[in-house]
Amino acid sequence: MQLTTEMEPLVRFSGVQKTYDGEHLVVKDLNLNIQKGEFVTLLGPSGSGKTTCLMMLAGFETPTSGDIFLGQERLNTLPPHKRNIGMVFQNYALFPHMSVEENLLYPLKTRKISKAIAKEKVDKILSKIKLKEFAHRRPSQLSGGQQQRVALARALVFEPQLVLMDEPLGALDKQLREHMQLEIKHLHEQLGLTVVFVTHDQSEALTMSDRVAVFNDGVIQQIDTPHNLYEYPANSFVAQFIGENNTLPGKIQSKEQNTCQVSFGDGFTTRALAGKNLNSGDKTQLSIRPERVRLNSGHLNLENQFNATLHEFIYLGDHLRLRCELAGNDQFYVKVPVNELCPNLKAGDRIQLGWSDQDVRALDYL
Amino acid sequence: MTSALAMSQPAISEKVPGLKAQLRRAERLRKLKAIALVAPLAIFLVIAFVIPISNMLWRSVDNSEVMQVMPETARLLTEWDGKDLPSEAVFSVFAQELRDSRTGGGLGRIGRRLNYEDPTFRTLLTQTLRTLPATTEKTWSETLQSIHPRWSETDTWLALQRAAPATTDRYLLAALDLQRGSDGSIERIDENQRVYQQVFVRTLVIAGGVTLICLLMGFPLAYLLATLPTSQSNLLMIFVLLPFWTSLLVRTAAWIVLLQSGGLVNTTLMTLGLIESPLQLVFNRIGVFFAMVHILLPFMILPLYSVMKGISPVYQRAATSLGAHPFAAFWQIYVPQTLSGVAAGTILVFIMAIGYYITPALVGGPSDQMVSYFVAYYTNTTNNWGMAAALGTFLLIATLLLYLVYHKLVNQKQLIRN
Repeated sequence: MQLTTEMEPLVRFSGVQKTYDGEHLVVKDLNLNIQKGEFVTLLGPSGSGKTTCLMMLAGFETPTSGDIFLGQERLNTLPPHKRNIGMVFQNYALFPHMSVEENLLYPLKTRKISKAIAKEKVDKILSKIKLKEFAHRRPSQLSGGQQQRVALARALVFEPQLVLMDEPLGALDKQLREHMQLEIKHLHEQLGLTVVFVTHDQSEALTMSDRVAVFNDGVIQQIDTPHNLYEYPANSFVAQFIGENNTLPGKIQSKEQNTCQVSFGDGFTTRALAGKNLNSGDKTQLSIRPERVRLNSGHLNLENQFNATLHEFIYLGDHLRLRCELAGNDQFYVKVPVNELCPNLKAGDRIQLGWSDQDVRALDYL
Repeated sequence: MTSALAMSQPAISEKVPGLKAQLRRAERLRKLKAIALVAPLAIFLVIAFVIPISNMLWRSVDNSEVMQVMPETARLLTEWDGKDLPSEAVFSVFAQELRDSRTGGGLGRIGRRLNYEDPTFRTLLTQTLRTLPATTEKTWSETLQSIHPRWSETDTWLALQRAAPATTDRYLLAALDLQRGSDGSIERIDENQRVYQQVFVRTLVIAGGVTLICLLMGFPLAYLLATLPTSQSNLLMIFVLLPFWTSLLVRTAAWIVLLQSGGLVNTTLMTLGLIESPLQLVFNRIGVFFAMVHILLPFMILPLYSVMKGISPVYQRAATSLGAHPFAAFWQIYVPQTLSGVAAGTILVFIMAIGYYITPALVGGPSDQMVSYFVAYYTNTTNNWGMAAALGTFLLIATLLLYLVYHKLVNQKQLIRN
């Protein structure tokens, strides 16, 4: 009994649908449970419905059908200002006519918390984000990263049960963004926050989240830990959206329990892990990560070996990407650490590529 | 060469000789181009704006009539102590210059000026001139005193003395219902003659009232315009701007047609049985407010709209997500951000309103006339440019003060933004 109450999700989407024009569903039959203390990222291309989900949770949009629960409370008709959900907006939405301190005091003032306690809380969170000496500045006098931290602090200072973030790092440059990703992750761990984070940046999602929900076309394609998403994509969309991916169209020749025999190109065949709902005779798309393809693999004793042509070297500092032509696909990439590359290799050479059964999957044909 | 070398070195803080001169030379052509582009407007402004306005401001203290027509008399009278009658020299020069003033319209000018001191002075001058001999065996003082007994009164000469200096503050004082007493100190004029203080207060009250109504009516409309989808807001915007396509006079006259006793509004109300007898809606304060608010409303809406258009709706969302009721979010977060627009609209409407003339003149009653009405009255009817200029000067001062306040407000706003 104790166990079941603990497993009761904090946020529950149940059969939620949303349409703006009455014709197209932006969100289709969404079912999603988020546990207390979890960091869940909604990831997807623009127009995939992820932001709409967040806005429904925040209360700025209402579901066309279905229910959203926060704890025991049904949120559908609860106005946003009564939800006690902290939110960090895309461009921070710090109030330009108030100082940093006044911005942070605002949510406490609306909750009629006494001035002394409010001041204490604000001081505490200001020192946590290391902006104590900026308390009396206007937001416009802060740098992008500092504004971001204030926005974060403002969403946390009233200790909400849930924090929503709508692409909060989109406006920062790469270095600062990576720094803030870690900072937010650490805050999440220290304070035991429950966070729902929206982004279209897959590396951000992988870095920060406990679980990632990949959205496309209003449907969650897969929801899983970053590791599982990357290593075991459920379908071709997820495989292509998360990380780099080589795609080879083919046809399933035969299927055993988990593996199958796939023919592709002109008379090539490989063994691969079989995706769901695929039977022999179906068209399929093979998916292989560039770092799982081995170069000059003759001595490695791999199950699948093929001849290919090397077209181009792309130097990236710590590693090289080789653009090859395999089975008529001249956009086939192989990732090689710089120190493992044979120095005699040059563009136009015939090379041998290979991979293990476990590293290639036959997924749905897009 | 040396400076070029110096520039390529990383130590920028070291002074490079001649660098400033180089910069000036490099920038000179650009500056000249900029000046040439601005020049036509600057010249136009000087001719059409600076010169006439300075001229009008000068007229509020200008007192040169007597000095120009009777230079010697004016000079001698400024030396006169004002206790006994002036000396024979004054009488003789005055008689001479009075006779000369007949040619060139000088008599008319000093007559009008001296009438402000004493309303019978012009008559006195013409009567004197009619019988003034070219020469006399007696002294000129006796001759003049025999022509009219008033020349033997010091008050007559004191009036002439007051009009003698090149400048005067009488118009400026009179525009505030003040005057110089016989001892030269500033005092208030008789209670039953006081006009302008009340007129200034009335002008400020009407302008303030119109501004307030415009703000109360314009703010929601501007908000609507800023939040509606573009296609609908464009259509609404055309309706806001439509009045600009009609002449001010036509719009004002239209209000008379609508609001008069037998007008559309009164007949409708009476037909509906809401009122028994027609309401007095025009030729009084109500009419003035109706017409002025209608005309000035766009000047409030446009600056408000432009500021509101730039405020992202996300701020109000943020406020509600932080627990503020939507009304509180609007009042605490949205409205403060519109203040620069409110300041701009308010100042614009107020400054335009305090200068209003035609509309109150047409749809107002006698007790609704504003300062501009009296400016027009003095320039068109009585030809008293001094009074017109003095009233105008105070209007200008009021406007400039308001502009200063506005400037301060806007600067503060910009500080916040940056």
